[in-house]
Amino acid sequence: MGEAAIDIADLEFSWTPGAASLDVPAFTVGRGERVLLSGPSGSGKSTLLGVIGGVLVPQSGTVRLLGTDLAALAPAARDRFRADHVGFIFQMFNLLPYLSVVDNVTLAATFSRQRRERAGDLRAEARRLLAALSIGQVHVLERPVAQLSIGQQQRVAAARALLGRPEVLIADEPTSSLDAAARSSFLELLMQECAHAGTTLLFVSHDPSLGGYFDRRLSLPDFNRARPDAEAA
Amino acid sequence: MRTLLPLAALSLWSRRVTAALCVFAIAMSVALLLGVQKIRSDARESFASTISGTDLIVGARGGPLNLLLYSVFHLGDATTAVSWDSFELVRRHRDVAWALPISLGDSHRGFRVMGTSRDYFEHFRYGRRQPLAFRAGGPFTDLHDAVLGSEVAASLGHALGDGIEVAHGLGEGSFARHDDQPFRVAGILAPTGTPVDRVVIVGVDAITAIHEGWEGGARAQPGPLRPPSPGQGPGNGKITAFLVGMKSKGAVLQMQRALNEYRGEPLTAVMPGVALGQMWRLVGVADTALLVVAGCVVLAGFAGMIAVLLTSLEERRREMAVLRSVGARPAHVFGLLLLESCFLAAAGVVLGFLVAALSLAAGAPLLARRFGLFVDVGAPGAYDLAIAAAVVGAGAVAGLVPAWRAYRNSLADGLSIRL
Repeated sequence: MGEAAIDIADLEFSWTPGAASLDVPAFTVGRGERVLLSGPSGSGKSTLLGVIGGVLVPQSGTVRLLGTDLAALAPAARDRFRADHVGFIFQMFNLLPYLSVVDNVTLAATFSRQRRERAGDLRAEARRLLAALSIGQVHVLERPVAQLSIGQQQRVAAARALLGRPEVLIADEPTSSLDAAARSSFLELLMQECAHAGTTLLFVSHDPSLGGYFDRRLSLPDFNRARPDAEAA
Repeated sequence: MRTLLPLAALSLWSRRVTAALCVFAIAMSVALLLGVQKIRSDARESFASTISGTDLIVGARGGPLNLLLYSVFHLGDATTAVSWDSFELVRRHRDVAWALPISLGDSHRGFRVMGTSRDYFEHFRYGRRQPLAFRAGGPFTDLHDAVLGSEVAASLGHALGDGIEVAHGLGEGSFARHDDQPFRVAGILAPTGTPVDRVVIVGVDAITAIHEGWEGGARAQPGPLRPPSPGQGPGNGKITAFLVGMKSKGAVLQMQRALNEYRGEPLTAVMPGVALGQMWRLVGVADTALLVVAGCVVLAGFAGMIAVLLTSLEERRREMAVLRSVGARPAHVFGLLLLESCFLAAAGVVLGFLVAALSLAAGAPLLARRFGLFVDVGAPGAYDLAIAAAVVGAGAVAGLVPAWRAYRNSLADGLSIRL
């Protein structure tokens, strides 16, 4: 179990042949480490997250997640691996509008038996996480998700990403739509839960003020030799 | 599958207005298809069971279809009459078991009046060789007696013993009334599901009697109803047509030929089965066309569904990305869209069955009254279920289009949408 949570070597990815978006000789995140990844828009951050999530397949190089070489897995197995081991939080629109708050959280276990089993009583665990992220009040839980504030929606998304204790949590600018107060309270609660579950956190943001919350700060252009233009963000 | 089903249902529910419109369009097309199919098969059955046990229908020289229409369906009019002498000649033929005269041309408040003999109640058969049954009373015994078809009695509210009057010519507003000729209701027939239900049956001699003095087209002088001249036949010696039952089936063709070649009077004799078949072939083209049109409407319904789902995909790329992020495979996304199409199609089918059943039930009396078409609204038959399965199948096939599109999108989009 000594492997890194995320271990990338000689990665090359391009959306269109000849125009590389990612050219990463080496990138490693240790287990339980909390890393802030920054970079201007268009520097390939979202692409990198797609590669780590196993949704995008690189043209060359290896991506190891928790010791498993993603390229060695069939597409369906990659999807299952992602469901079992990786939680995602996006910048916005994380929730399915037709599911209740609790159902949005338990959605994480829909495609993963492992997370279902780890979570135990799904609905109870969902409520516990929501409460830990301080949106467990009954009147919030019963509201249609479209009526929640962005800050509340992001917390629900965080609860989903944490349900069933995936080893890795990937957050793609989850705080960029939040105001300063909401941002810091969101981050504090997220850090607390990650620490509690020992989750590895890869957090993308171009807000340098967040640096204090993380073990390590990285800028994508520093280790991505490719210079993708803005359209291939 | 089990994980996708609630997602598909909830996702559709969240778009229930457009989903409902889709379902409505499919339901209407299915109802149309079922209705056309139902009327088609019932019309065929209704047709075939209109008359049975009669070997030959004989009328004045003319087309077999026309003869069938006016003598059996009471639609349209005979252009020429048949002489009573010819009828008597046939009736007394040694191979003939029975012959029933039919004399048309009068009406009672919109229902046709048919003159015939008492033998009619004994020999006439319909459906599976069923004889006519009386719900009340019995055959006419007196010159002034009338027997009502079940629907005549029901829609006009006549009971046994009521007096009715007969108008010359057809149609409710017929103003030349034989109002000096009150008939008495002597019997009411049980429903048969054939044109007999819509006819007032009187003795053929009574028809003649009411016409005494009307030869010029208008009444010469009022007077009481007098029995016609001796010989039991009508005074003017004319009837509209007659039905013949032979003693042996082997003699039917021979008799038909003899009648068609009869020198005394130009006659046409047709076998009801053959004429009904001919008529059905004629009508069948139209109703096959109807079925094709209904099928096209179903296709249009699905084209609408494809359009709606494809349009929705654009705004649902986020939803797909979220599902992908929690581990859904592109195949799941494909399945989700396919399930939604099947849902819409299945809901459309169920609603379509309801609409078809309700509108047939509501329209049945009208169809029966106006067109003599007796639809029986019952549980869906095997054919209906086949239609249902075919429509859901077509829905699934149609669903492949948006499902494939969503599959491609989700492969390209991955976890983020590049807007």
